[in-house]
Amino acid sequence: MKQDKACNCSAGSSGIATANRPNRLKLFVTLGIGFAVWLFLYLVLQRVANSLTYDVFRLEPSSHLGSSVAFFLYDAPKVILLLAMVVFAVGIIRSFFTAERTRQILAGKRQIVGNVLAGGLGVVTPFCSCSAVPLFIGFVEAGVPLGVTFTFLIAAPMINEVALVLLIGLFGFRIGLIYVATGLAIAIVAGWVIGKLKMEKYIEGWVSEIQMAQASATAPNMTIEDRIRYGLNAVRDIVSKVWPYVLIGIGVGAAIHGYVPAGVLARFMGEGAWWSVPAAVLIGVPMYSNAAGIVPVVQALIEKGAALGTALAFMMAVIGLSLPETLILRRVLKWQLIAVFLGVVAIGITIVGFLFNAIL
Amino acid sequence: MKIKVLGPGCARCHRLEQTVKDVVKELAVDASIEEVKDVKKIMAYPILTTPGLVVNEELVCSGKVPDKAEVTQLIVNALEKQQRGDRK
Repeated sequence: MKQDKACNCSAGSSGIATANRPNRLKLFVTLGIGFAVWLFLYLVLQRVANSLTYDVFRLEPSSHLGSSVAFFLYDAPKVILLLAMVVFAVGIIRSFFTAERTRQILAGKRQIVGNVLAGGLGVVTPFCSCSAVPLFIGFVEAGVPLGVTFTFLIAAPMINEVALVLLIGLFGFRIGLIYVATGLAIAIVAGWVIGKLKMEKYIEGWVSEIQMAQASATAPNMTIEDRIRYGLNAVRDIVSKVWPYVLIGIGVGAAIHGYVPAGVLARFMGEGAWWSVPAAVLIGVPMYSNAAGIVPVVQALIEKGAALGTALAFMMAVIGLSLPETLILRRVLKWQLIAVFLGVVAIGITIVGFLFNAIL
Repeated sequence: MKIKVLGPGCARCHRLEQTVKDVVKELAVDASIEEVKDVKKIMAYPILTTPGLVVNEELVCSGKVPDKAEVTQLIVNALEKQQRGDRK
């Protein structure tokens, strides 16, 4: 027999949590110690990295190797620390959202309003790309317009908290804000365009035959402890998954930092070379890397003369459009719709690249 | 007891399946564990985000990988429900 309601796993776990009061104190104490250790590490990082490089390893600050090593020893732990903090914060925010509730909010919304909402919700709703198919079917069947669904599916990977923290950490808040604003704009406009094109007939036929069980939209009834645990789990999951990418990315960045002469990229990735933006997008789309791996490379490229818009466009193409996710979506979308989806988003990213090369 | 793990076969789904296997072994429950990868079959349950856990045809968890304690709790709950049902 099929049940008409989705129970939430958190119901079970919160029962356990409230049964053991001392757990709560332990959790808060652990959290406090964690924050203190974090802050301490963050503050002493630069000094430790420098003294390791120049005093312990006895490398010359002016040498290629010395400058690469110092860059790596400072950036790698800094980025991982920032990552842990932001993933925790985002985890707490995400614990307030579920895909079911997002769908309920978006169902029946019209274009534009729906697109704007879907963009914002795409950022905060917890969602892994392997869920793209059930989520797509669930949204469309529940009456979320196709274009609004696409805005959600574009915004979710495009605005990535890992990329955001890396951009803020390496370039500052202004670039981080630009990234979020333009990423949202691309998702909203691309979804709106796909909606306007009336592509509904390019959804695979079997989708409409699915008799979907009605999922309930009740939000999980979580306590503060549950949300903190949710955030800590997110830190454990994401940091344990992305740290190799961070190290490889920063390693490549460090090598470029130390060995590639300044300005060498200006000729073919600088502002003068207009074709570099579409070229960067074309190269970036089939590439797939974790956001954690791509940003340090982007930083090194910019440092050596690549234009900011070109580098940002490259990054967005790599993390926003990925081959694996496209292949997953191919199961529910005919190739024409896949092509339009890729095309519209790629054009959006290219425009953003040009825009920033022109105004920054 | 019939347990199904819903998911297209990504790493998260495999992790859930492994946790379920561990818990079933630990509790010594008589249970069959089935992996459901077909999207059409997955969508027969009220699920939006995978992985999902179905116990005795009831979706008890979806959209996240519950830890061992949660899975244990969910299976114990289902066992109690099953026994209540048997007694009737």
